[in-house]
Amino acid sequence: MGVGIQVNQLNAWFGATHAVHDIQIDITANHATAIIGPSGCGKSTFVRCLNRMHETIPNARVEGTVKIGDTHVYGNGTSAVEIRRRVGMVFQKPNPFPTMSVYDNVAAGLKLNGYRSHRDLDEIVERSLRQAALWDEVKDLLKKKSGASLSGGQQQRLCIARALAVEPEVMLMDEPASALDPISTSKIEDLIFELKQNYTIVIVTHNMQQAARVAEFTAFFLSGKLVEFDKTEKIFTNPGDKRTEDYITGRFG
Amino acid sequence: MVGLAAGATLMVLVPLVAIFGYLVYKGIGSLNWNFLTQIPKPVGETGGGMANAIVGSGMILLIASLIGVPMGIGTGIYLAEFGKKRFGYLIRFTADVLNGVPSIVIGIVAWSLVVVYQKHFSALAGGVALGIMMVPIISRSTEEMLLMVPQSLREAAWGLGIPQWRTTLSITLRTASSGVITAVMLSFARVAGETAPLLFTTLGNKFWNFNMNQETAALPLQIYVYAQSPYDDWHRQAWAGALILIILIVISMSLVRMAASRGVFKGGN
Repeated sequence: MGVGIQVNQLNAWFGATHAVHDIQIDITANHATAIIGPSGCGKSTFVRCLNRMHETIPNARVEGTVKIGDTHVYGNGTSAVEIRRRVGMVFQKPNPFPTMSVYDNVAAGLKLNGYRSHRDLDEIVERSLRQAALWDEVKDLLKKKSGASLSGGQQQRLCIARALAVEPEVMLMDEPASALDPISTSKIEDLIFELKQNYTIVIVTHNMQQAARVAEFTAFFLSGKLVEFDKTEKIFTNPGDKRTEDYITGRFG
Repeated sequence: MVGLAAGATLMVLVPLVAIFGYLVYKGIGSLNWNFLTQIPKPVGETGGGMANAIVGSGMILLIASLIGVPMGIGTGIYLAEFGKKRFGYLIRFTADVLNGVPSIVIGIVAWSLVVVYQKHFSALAGGVALGIMMVPIISRSTEEMLLMVPQSLREAAWGLGIPQWRTTLSITLRTASSGVITAVMLSFARVAGETAPLLFTTLGNKFWNFNMNQETAALPLQIYVYAQSPYDDWHRQAWAGALILIILIVISMSLVRMAASRGVFKGGN
């Protein structure tokens, strides 16, 4: 089951550039929360702070607290590896491991963490691919087809299956459909709808219709600051802030 | 443009074909079963072969690979994945300088490190010299190959909670493996023909030797000695030795390529 995320006074930098300012937000468990905003507003950086991906960039820095369930993400005793196992991530561009088969891609997170039981692996791979709505398309060529030989939309669903296989509690999606065609996009959106029953989902998106379709909550970011965070319905019909209204009505961004 | 490219290709191919053709022309006559199975005959007697030198070269190259391949790949991994700071720059610079150091100087280094210490010449000393030569070639190419692996693959692995060391070995290095293997093969071929570093490390030997700690015959050394001699029979054998050296390099490279394409180096998972 998913867990909630509490973010307090979160600041992030790239070298001297202050990319994310004083974010405070409570993300509800087992719901989808959309992060919207113009390019360069810090929404990707914010999401990458939630699973400690931000710190993998040279000279990047984070301050503030993030809690996933009861765990302090930036606590002294917490390792980045442990957090990333609990907080899965799907990236903007599909990035399956090119040297691995479909099966090995899905199993990678478990195998490379030392998980060895083959019978369990088969089950987990099938379940994850079914959850990602890819099973029927690849079941006959699991171990023969390379992950890189699938279509773009299939690759992205493979990446979702790969992330699901390690059984995370939270799923971060950084513009997961922006590189895909409309049909693949709608498949991914259906998937998010299914997944949010069992996972807490944070989805970064450029596409406001997408936010409206999949997310119960929406946060609007501008210039590294959280401008408004509320129920999606409220953000899109009756925003409390003038800047939010300007953005969603297309006056800028 | 196409004409220029074709012309350039031709200019590369001509000396290659010429060298190989001339080697075959000069060497094939003396290449026979005895050449591959017998050791040199004393001066004045015709016949005999370079079997001991072929085995000796194999021993020396084995030692060189055992030293050069892990050190070279390890250094390359460090440079690509961790060495973005000053220390990495220093290693990079050192490797490039080492690449340009004349091979005879490397021979002197191995001589003073191993031969002086052991107080006798040995296959081991030659292997150390060639191993040192392999390191900069392998490490710089490994670095280049690893840097070509998109960052998004590393992020994908980190995002799954796979530790950094595991990501490097099982994702990054594995993705770059064909390039790394090419680098290893290039460095292998490069040192297989080296003569100068062996002159005062393995010394050469007219007889069989299977002991890593003894002076050993090696193909390039044997060719060098025979080519300088005043005897026609030895000249012919030197040509045959050069031909067999090239053939053995081609065979070993093909074997590694075949093994690589069957996934032998991709690990059990």
